[in-house]
Amino acid sequence: MSFFEIFGFALRGVAANKLRSGLTVLGILIGVAAVILLVAVGTGSAKQVEDSLAALGTNTLTVQGGRGGDTGYRTDLTLDIVKALQDKESAPDVKSVSPVVNSAQTLTFGDASYDVNSVIGTYPSYFAASNSVVASGSGFTEEDVDQAARVVVLGPTTAEELFGTTVDPVGQRIGIAGQIYSVIGVLAKKGSTGFNDPDDVAIAPLPAVQRSLTGYGPVSSITIEAASADAVAAAKAEITAILNAKMHVADGASSTPYQIRDASQLLETRTATAETFTVLLGAVAGISLVVGGIGITNIMMVSVTERTREIGIRKALGAPRRVILTQFLIEATLLSLAGGGLGVAAALIGANFEIVGIKPVVMPDSVALALGVCVAIGLFFGSYPASRAAGLRPIDALRYE
Amino acid sequence: MTGPYGREQRPVLDVVDLVKTYGEGETAVHALAGVSMTVAPGDYVAIMGSSGSGKSTLMNIVGCLDVPTSGTYRLDGVDVSELNESQLALVRNRRIGFVFQSFNLIARTSALANVELPLAYAGIKPAVRRERALAALDMVGLANRAEHDPNQLSGGQQQRVAVARALVSQPALLLADEPTGNLDSRSTADVLSILDGLNAQGRTIVLITHEDEVAAHAHRTIRLVDGLVVSDVRRRDITPVGVPA
Ligand SMILES: Nc1ncnc2c1ncn2[C@@H]1O[C@H](COP(=O)(O)OP(=O)(O)O)[C@@H](O)[C@H]1O
Ligand SMILES: [Mg+2]
Repeated sequence: MSFFEIFGFALRGVAANKLRSGLTVLGILIGVAAVILLVAVGTGSAKQVEDSLAALGTNTLTVQGGRGGDTGYRTDLTLDIVKALQDKESAPDVKSVSPVVNSAQTLTFGDASYDVNSVIGTYPSYFAASNSVVASGSGFTEEDVDQAARVVVLGPTTAEELFGTTVDPVGQRIGIAGQIYSVIGVLAKKGSTGFNDPDDVAIAPLPAVQRSLTGYGPVSSITIEAASADAVAAAKAEITAILNAKMHVADGASSTPYQIRDASQLLETRTATAETFTVLLGAVAGISLVVGGIGITNIMMVSVTERTREIGIRKALGAPRRVILTQFLIEATLLSLAGGGLGVAAALIGANFEIVGIKPVVMPDSVALALGVCVAIGLFFGSYPASRAAGLRPIDALRYE
Repeated sequence: MTGPYGREQRPVLDVVDLVKTYGEGETAVHALAGVSMTVAPGDYVAIMGSSGSGKSTLMNIVGCLDVPTSGTYRLDGVDVSELNESQLALVRNRRIGFVFQSFNLIARTSALANVELPLAYAGIKPAVRRERALAALDMVGLANRAEHDPNQLSGGQQQRVAVARALVSQPALLLADEPTGNLDSRSTADVLSILDGLNAQGRTIVLITHEDEVAAHAHRTIRLVDGLVVSDVRRRDITPVGVPA
């Protein structure tokens, strides 16, 4: 008998029991697709964290606090401290210093109003330090700061909530706590980092915000950009020295009335979180691979009785062992490959959609692994009963239960 | 070798002192306890005996589906125990047609495809085997059911398909283990008339039955009791053997 004819037998065998064939294909499909997709979601989330942290800027240091010290001197963050930090001599590794005041406010435009997450009052250097890129219009200048100009740059979320998608916000006038501000620019999208939306902001010159919203007290934090990523540590030491001097903190004091956070710390913790997440998803994927494999095995085993009897009949009719083995091996191969192929297709289609807010990134390795394992299981358990039955005497195969 | 009735002809079947034991020790069952018989070409033999007397066991060994514990079995003068796996497959395919009590058609496979199967394993071209399979189905009166699956056929029709499958490769020896055991009287008559016709054309037939009416179709009746031949009665002469159709 030619291989071609045996192939025909195998095709007929697959078509003869559509339910069994369908279940086998489905089992392999789910196994393969689940593994590929889970790994893709894990990888996607790790990538997302990396991207969003890169967007935060890794050269940036943030000074917070400045309240509750027990040195007997003023320990809040004042513009005097900002000036001291700007001194190139005592802080050569500091590129820029931007004081920041924050307040949640309601923005209005015509009849529309929107509760913005934070209205930030600061200096122009803040844009570069916080990786905020002006996408349309422009940022404000030193001059705007000097004149306490009522101009504002909106984050993309804020702009869209207030103006919708049809109106160009640049040049419009909006109300912030009863004061009129001109919108001079809109920032580029940064994307969510998970907990809060960095795009939900309105940034205005510091004195304008202080005058109309927060008052001229101390600022809430100071954002400092180091000269380079390598200079972050040096900049931090310089800042510490200046703050200690200004706030009269004793050398070697166990606690300071301020905190300096740097982005690389944030990066480390978040990357570690993302890695844990990927490992967890990988474990789930591994389990689903095992479960999928058991499912495949089960379906293949269920058909053993029927197959064994069929093989008994075929042998009684004079089928050579080789022909039987070839037929059943081809059947198993067809089912496994169909299931595997459809599983990969399903995973690739599924990967186009966001899953729990994460854009999956398909890893070629996981495709190869899932396909390899599931197809191997399908092949083995598809052809193993056949090869065993083909070795039996016809009468034993016919009697098999 | 000389047949039991004096004809100078090599027997199709020559069984000597066949023993088949299932199990071991105290629980051993001696299904065959030393059976000897010869069947000449063209003979039509009924094997009778109560349930459990070893009829099926004998038939499975004669049909090369099972092997005996001891004793020799020659098919057309060839000692079957000396054949290897692929030679046995060839013997089952070319020399023997086997009809089972439970039909044993392959499920979800058309009657035609079932009948074509032995020819396919014999390596016969698709066009030729289709033609021959249709001819065999025609012979059992089921040409119009060729595309039906087994579960769309009555028991009698299924058994006729099984007979067509057994005779399609034109084997010299047709073995049938209670072929009418699961059939009503109408279907029984159909199947038996087909077998009678085949024997009239010179084919050797051995069938198992426990019904006297069925056995009456045969020319000779062998009775088994507890795995031993207790009687061997000929009623009619062996059909003269021409060239099998
Ligand atoms: N596979 C087997 N295993 C154990 N005992 C068997 C087996 N097949 C048949 N037997 C026993 O061998 C004896 C003869 O069985 P069988 O040839 O089927 O009888 P019959 O066909 O005449 O009814 C019975 O006692 C039966 O129980
Ligand atoms: Mg029986």
